[in-house]
Formats: sequence, C-alpha cells, structure tokens
Amino acid sequence: MPSDFAEIQAEAARRWQALTAADRPWLRVGAALCGQAAGAEETAAALETALQRRGLAAPVSRVGCLGLCFAEPLVDVMLPGQPRIFYGRVTPDLAAEIVDSHIVQGRPLADRVLGCLYPATAADSAGAAADGDGGNGDLPDLNRHPMRSREQRIALRNAGHIDPLDIYQYIANGGYRALHQAVTGMERHEVLEQVNVSGLRGRGGAAFPAATKWRFLAGSNAPVKYILCNCEEGDPGAFNDKGILESDPHTVVEGILLAGYATGANYGYIFIRHGHDGPIERARTAVAQAYELGLLGANLFGSDFSFDLEVALTGDSYVSGEETALMEAIDGNRAMPRYRPPFPAQVGVFGQPTNINNVKTLAYVPEIIAKGGEWFAGIGHERSTGTAILCLSGALNYTGMVEVPMGLNLQEVLYEMAGGAPGGRELKFIQTGGPLGGVLGMAAADLALDFEVFRNAGAILGSGGIIAAADDCCVVDLTRVLIAFCQYESCGKCFPCRMGMSHLLEALERICRLEGGPEDLALMQSVGENMQAGSLCGHGQLGFNPVSSALRYFPEEFAAHINEKRCPTGRCREPYYSPRLSRR
Amino acid sequence: MDGLKERIDRAVQRQPQPTVTILSSLLAVEDELGYIPKEAVAAVADFNRATVNDVWAVVSFYPNFRTNPPCARRIEVCWGPSCHLVGAMAVLQAVLAAAGLEDEGDTPDGRLSLRYNTCLGACAQAPVMSLDHHLVGRLSPEQAAVRVALSLEQAPE
Repeated sequence: MPSDFAEIQAEAARRWQALTAADRPWLRVGAALCGQAAGAEETAAALETALQRRGLAAPVSRVGCLGLCFAEPLVDVMLPGQPRIFYGRVTPDLAAEIVDSHIVQGRPLADRVLGCLYPATAADSAGAAADGDGGNGDLPDLNRHPMRSREQRIALRNAGHIDPLDIYQYIANGGYRALHQAVTGMERHEVLEQVNVSGLRGRGGAAFPAATKWRFLAGSNAPVKYILCNCEEGDPGAFNDKGILESDPHTVVEGILLAGYATGANYGYIFIRHGHDGPIERARTAVAQAYELGLLGANLFGSDFSFDLEVALTGDSYVSGEETALMEAIDGNRAMPRYRPPFPAQVGVFGQPTNINNVKTLAYVPEIIAKGGEWFAGIGHERSTGTAILCLSGALNYTGMVEVPMGLNLQEVLYEMAGGAPGGRELKFIQTGGPLGGVLGMAAADLALDFEVFRNAGAILGSGGIIAAADDCCVVDLTRVLIAFCQYESCGKCFPCRMGMSHLLEALERICRLEGGPEDLALMQSVGENMQAGSLCGHGQLGFNPVSSALRYFPEEFAAHINEKRCPTGRCREPYYSPRLSRR
Repeated sequence: MDGLKERIDRAVQRQPQPTVTILSSLLAVEDELGYIPKEAVAAVADFNRATVNDVWAVVSFYPNFRTNPPCARRIEVCWGPSCHLVGAMAVLQAVLAAAGLEDEGDTPDGRLSLRYNTCLGACAQAPVMSLDHHLVGRLSPEQAAVRVALSLEQAPE
C-alpha cells in the first residue's frame, strides 16, 4: 500500500489511465437514488450479461448522478480513443442492443443517443483523442442539452463521472490535493481566511457565513471538538445532499477534514437518515477507504493533525436536520431541538464544542482551497457567492439536479433548463426551500438565485429544492399536503407547533372538503402567529409559511373553496390519504 | 437459527461503528429483526446503561420503529409534495386496492405491510414507491397495482 501522498497520487493516475486509456471500453451507469428508482440495477446487470455473452472484458461502473435524472437509467459508453456517448432511459433490452451495435460493431444507436461528452480535463484526454471523433460528428454535444447548458459544476464536478466507491478515481481527478496542500503548507488560520474570502454561506437553508461559524469553533480551546456534516435531508423535493454523498462522497470527507484542520477539531460525524441505503453505504465505504490510505486517522501526512470520522444514523425525523436536534440524535436521544444559548460552538454534541455544516457547504471547500477564495467569490451574485445546487422535480419536462451560478434567474432555470411543464400545460406555481419555504406564483418567480433576493420576496432559497406544479394543480390541495407533512414531522416539544400544526391541518382539510368558512382563515392566521412567536426552532417558526405564501399569491383560489364551495381544478374532489400516526 | 434473544444481543453488541448510543442500538436491532420487540428494549437499556423508559422514549419518537413483526412484504408509497403533484394519490389508491387495505398498516393475512413515506429521496422520478427497499419510480396506478400483486404472489403464506 502506498504511504506517501505523491505515491498515492501516482497509483491513482496509473489506475485512471488503465480505465480511460486502455484498449477496452468503459461503461458507466447512473446508479444514485434517481437511477435506482428508474431501474439502473437491472440495466447494469443486462449490460454485464450482454458483455459476458460476447466475451468482452469491459468494466461496468455504477456511478452517481449526472443531474439528468429524467433520463435515468443513463448509460455512458466510452470506447478507446473516443468521446463518451450517453444513452437515456436504457431498459435492459436497449442495454443488450447497445452492447451488440455500439460496442461490438462500433455503430452507436444514433437515434437513442442523448449526447456526447468530449474530453475536458487532462485526465480525461489521456483516454480520448482530442478532436478526432470516431465518426460521431452528428451526435449532439451533451453540454448543449438545456439542462447542462447553464451549469457550472463545483461541488458536483465529479458527480456521474467517477465511481463513488473508488477513492483512487477521486484522487486521480484532483482529490485530496487541497487537504494535502492545506495540512502541509498552510497555517490553520490561512485555510479559514480562504473560506472567509470566498464568501461561502451555509447551503442548509440559513445562509450563514461558513467562515464566521468556523471562527466560533476555532476560538474554543476545548480538547475535543466536533465537525458535523448534515445529510439528514428529509425535505420532500430535495435530494442534492444525498446526491452529492452518493456521487462523490470523498469531496464531502475532504471538506470535513479541511473544516477540522481550520477549526482545530479532531472528530467528525456524517449524519444520514436510516433507510437511505445508497448514501449510507457510499459514505461508509469512503470513510473506510480514506482510513486505509492514511487520509483519516492519526498524524495526516506526517503532521500533528489527526482526524477521526464516522457515519451516524437517525431514525425518520425531519426535525433532526435542525442543528441542535441533530446533536440530540447523535447523542442517541429523541431528535428535539435544544434551547440556545448555549450555542453549539460552546456546547454541542456530547457536550463538546461543535460546528455543523450542510453536505453542500462542505463539498465546496476542497475546490475553494485548491483554487483560492477569490476564485469562488468571483462566481455568483453580490453577497451570494458561488453556485446554487438545485433539485428540480414535479411538473417539468426535465427533472434532475443542476449546479448553476448564483444570480441566474429562476425563470430561466424553470423554462430554459427544465423546459417548463410537460404535455403543453403551463406552470402555475412553485414550492421552494422545502415544505417550510412557501409557495410562489410564477409571476413572483422572476427572481435571481440569491439569498437576499429570495428573502426580500418572502421566499426561501433554502437547500435548493424546487417543486413545480402545472395549471391542473390546486394550490389549496398542495398547501394541505405541505401542512400534513409539517404536522406529521413536528417533534412535539413546543406546544404552539405541536397543536398549531394540527389546527392548521384541520382547517385546511375543511377548506379542501369545501366545508370551510372565512373563520378558518382567521383561525389559521392567529394559530400561525402563535406558532411563529412560541416555537423553539424553524419548524414551528416557519410552519405558517406554506399557508401565508399560498394565501398571498392565490387568494382567489382559497375564496373559491370557501365562498363558492368549488375547487377550480377539481383536485380537491379526489380521494386523499395522509398518515394519521404522529409522534407519541 | 438463533433465538430472538441471541439475535438481539448480537445486533446490539456487534455494532461496527465506534459510537454506540440508544438510537444506534435500536437501529441495529431494526436492521436485524425489522422491529423492536420488548425484549430488545430491555437489552438496549442494559447495554447503554439506561432505563427502559429512556429507550421507550426513543422507540416511540421515530416512526420507522415498529414494535410488532413486519409482514413478509414491505411497501412504502411516497405522499410528499413532489410525488403528490404528479399523481401519488392515484398510485396510493391503486396500491391500497391491490393490497386489500383501506389505509396504511398490515394486511389481515400478514403478507404485506404498507406505510406512507414522506420522501424516498428520488423526487425527480416521482411518483415513487419502494418494495422491500427497492425503489420504483415514474409509476402509473396500473403499474403500481401490478407490482403489488406480483409482490403478494411471491410472499410466503
């Protein structure tokens, strides 16, 4: 096993060369949660069977999410010396055809090709001749696909390209270089200063400056300090944390290590919801591999910096994504928020000083250290530097995960990148920032991706989930679903939230049954104000957001339900189920 | 086949991660048995030097914990907003009909457990369900009903 980092890098380069510049094909299948739900495992198995039948030795790698979730299962074929060719929605039958026609006979199935990727990085070009395409001139460039055309990938730079279960592929693409550079050549405060210069702000929802938060922890002299990486991500419509962890877990591990170095913390946890097997398995493998290569553990690169990291799981609880509730869950208790002060930087997990960041925030850090804070600060819009990592779901032609520079207009994302609503329908409203984020009419969605612009418009950019609804959807009906979620997920600690959510849900259910009256609007207003004033965490404080925002943008739709006793879209007449069990 | 007690003890005592807590011990039991029997509550309390009350507090808080054995087949259907907007309720209705259920819970013959899930994490493939932890997306109500029927056929009596 290589011991020196230069040796590890050389070994990684040799292995990457063997994959990309060999005389055999390399096949990659998108196998993140989106790929799995589309049948990636069956497709990958069909590829392997077909290759075996033809007696071909070609590795089939299960990679993460390229972001084009609508096209999953995505198969990426790279023949020696040729660009990568991508096929979308590959069934097992199509997989066998791809092997027979494209791989054996060298004839790509042109009408089934989604696009090609020409080598962009030095490591890639080792494998493919720069421009000499093998007669693929007519195939479209995948980077011109609407979903990719406006992208700038930093945190997602490796997603869909490398095997997340292979640390060497991460290292071959520049991985752990920033950590090595920091630990062997930079003072701790210099690392913190680069993050400060970058203007990086928390991507979990609160948009708090990362360097300021790190400074709180760096200022503590306690012998045991923790870095927590939050991948609870229970918000419906958000899958970018899980997506990053599944696609490129080592960028998160490296980000945690850099945060540990900068703040003087030596212990860390990656916190994931039990049951999200893909992210859990890949995070655990990444941690084990980093230990094997000496990138975790004692005295990294021969320095005095040591760091231990493990994966901790929570049960089903949306509130356990709240920072102090998360600490309770790691301690092994009910995930209920704590009073602050004391703040986590003084008293956190196991009573020790703790810093907590979202997966996305930490995933940026290796590139910030490698390329400098100024570089990151040069991307984005005013005080919102860098990129936004958005999850696009609901009624859109192209659903998936995109990383675009901050400052891009949300309508450009929805209409140009995601292609608007399918089936000739019009988009009617969107729901951003998780269930607590609120509902926006399309006219109000003319917003630059920017934390302040969103906040001033009464919306939350949050962790980047954007759910779109077409004109056949009822706003009141969706608001009921959002509140049903919030009611189900209330941890029960603060009674304004615990009881308030139930009152809101009952009122909305009456309105959806066309049995509500104007007094229900007054009741919701009063309950909502009490929740905001009397709850300890964002769940109760923001819990009225879905109702108040929906009322602001669609007052006429509520009026139709209440005054005219009709649902304009008819959606509220359909049967409706929601969990009746709450936390006990 | 080991007895219940042996399986509980092994799950609790052989957790691979360094940090062991009440919650991690309960998750280990759930992974092993699919539910938390009352024997496990006592074992987890013992192992973590906690009281039975402390452990019940955690068991009752997280809705993923069941306290009775699950059925042979376990189906979860997502009802979160992304799935709801593109047809989750019709899928849910078809699944309920195919399973012979009126709401979430276990079938009387003990062959299938149905749960509503708040988010299965594959929102771009909505509507989504999971069959014994295997995700299936872009479901029509008809496909969902066929999947449930197939799953029931293969379930042991």
